[in-house]
Amino acid sequence: MTNKTLIQISNELSAGQYSSREITQDIIAGIKTHDHQFNSFITVSEELALEQADAADARRAAGHADLLTGVPFAHKDLFCTQGLRTTCASKMLEDFIPPYESTVGQRLLATGAVCVGKTNMDEFAMGSSNENSYFGAVKNPWDLNAVPGGSSGGSAAAVAAGLVPAATGTDTGGSIRQPASFCNLTGIKPTYGRVSRFGIVAYASSLDQAGPMCTTAEDAAVMLNAMAGFDPQDSTSVQQDAPDFTADLNQPLAGLKVGLPKEFFGSGLDPQVADCIMAAVKQIEALGAQIVDISLPNLELSIPAYYVIAPSEASSNLSRFDGVRYGYRCDQPEDLMDLYCRTRAEGFGKEVKRRIMVGTYALSEGYYDAYYVKAQRIRRLIKDDFARALAQVDVIMGPVAPTPAFDLGSNTKDPVAMYLEDIYTLSANMAGIPAMSTPAGFVNGRPVGLHIMGNYFAEAKLLNIAHQYQQVTDWHLQTPTSNTEKGA
Amino acid sequence: MALENADIENIAVLARLQVPATETSDYADSISSILALVDQMQQVDTHGVEPLSNPHDATQRLRADEVTCDNQREAFMAIAPATEEGLYLVPKVID
Repeated sequence: MTNKTLIQISNELSAGQYSSREITQDIIAGIKTHDHQFNSFITVSEELALEQADAADARRAAGHADLLTGVPFAHKDLFCTQGLRTTCASKMLEDFIPPYESTVGQRLLATGAVCVGKTNMDEFAMGSSNENSYFGAVKNPWDLNAVPGGSSGGSAAAVAAGLVPAATGTDTGGSIRQPASFCNLTGIKPTYGRVSRFGIVAYASSLDQAGPMCTTAEDAAVMLNAMAGFDPQDSTSVQQDAPDFTADLNQPLAGLKVGLPKEFFGSGLDPQVADCIMAAVKQIEALGAQIVDISLPNLELSIPAYYVIAPSEASSNLSRFDGVRYGYRCDQPEDLMDLYCRTRAEGFGKEVKRRIMVGTYALSEGYYDAYYVKAQRIRRLIKDDFARALAQVDVIMGPVAPTPAFDLGSNTKDPVAMYLEDIYTLSANMAGIPAMSTPAGFVNGRPVGLHIMGNYFAEAKLLNIAHQYQQVTDWHLQTPTSNTEKGA
Repeated sequence: MALENADIENIAVLARLQVPATETSDYADSISSILALVDQMQQVDTHGVEPLSNPHDATQRLRADEVTCDNQREAFMAIAPATEEGLYLVPKVID
């Protein structure tokens, strides 16, 4: 019963082919049998999931089923789930059981969707390979020697392996799109403020945004319908109603203006990835789109500016982990300072500590203007670049990452080399515009995603383009060969 | 900007992180290389460019000063490492 799309499961539940309890049991059995290969789950919530499935079956029997009622999904393990441990892949939160549910989680539960568990990730969402997890690295179902991408690597691997039809992710600098690209998924980072951040453990609050990771654009639109919308509990939530993201999926692409920024096709791009992207662009052109060369001149500055803003905000956000109110506490603290310093030293992993220190330094007396404020000025230049480009074209396309998934262990020694991998994704977070990845081919058996970026609140347009592209291609329907041992 | 071990020790105090002496130079090296990357920003003239802190240039939305939920002290304190009679326990601060 695996490798089904969300819509397929929804239809089969409506047709009475099986109950939510049955599909939930199957999915949990699949995770238990196969996930040892991928390490994509940190927690499987069998008991809670079956309660939710039974409630969904009762709701369906009463005639009140929605599209997602009874459909299983997984949460990235930084969405607070009431009564279910939420670790952020950190020793700091290894035993943390949230007393409340994130807004996204509440919305999904309200539709009757069934949360089967919590997926692995880079600790506190800091990483591009899912190798920074206290619970071990995640392996890419397409090639067990490759990383799944990060930080939503567990969500990506779980969906790619067919263990769940959909998962939530978060994207602060590419953490939905890059793993979606590396694992052959459709993943969308909505406009900043479109999806509530309430109850999502914060990394960099001015950049963080949650979104779905699925097989198809249609599934992503259905998930986003459930996730998006104004939330008074998030002070940066945008005060406007979310549209029906499935409404425009079937719009033709005739007359669409697509911009190709020359900075996305420079010397750092793997030529074989470039070939995949250009072939995809040609197909979109054949669907009636017009291709226009554009420029985003400040793209390269997104790396240095991001690696000031994100660590600065992280150092502030993560100051809450002090060993007093919740989370890990060191043994036998000598005094209050020792309690703080040892709790944090023992509770956080190396990359998290590195980013906290970079952020602390950037915000410290005498350096604030030279680092944080400077980075915010550059952030304005990047936003202005997109404003100019999107006055000229409807959407922007390019690669999601310079290469396909890289080998496990190949970038772990040098943090700067890892940061450079984020070159094409960071700028959408800096500007706050929506952006997505849709499957567009393979290089040596490893997937390549097409990056589609649009104007503020244009998620429906991006999903429309991805859906139309998916009607004439079958990249998104391919499943990993490393997965064949498991059967359907 | 290259950081010395003493800089790391200072940052570690500000960040409330204990850094063992054996790891100090490791952090000095990796954070120095991150700062070298970050220093590319300094070549750009941003004179007259307003800093952008929210992508929509939005300001903080305020709500009415009304009670919107009940006190959940017990639920929140139940997950603390050490509590007693409604108080969080920490090592003695004042003699």
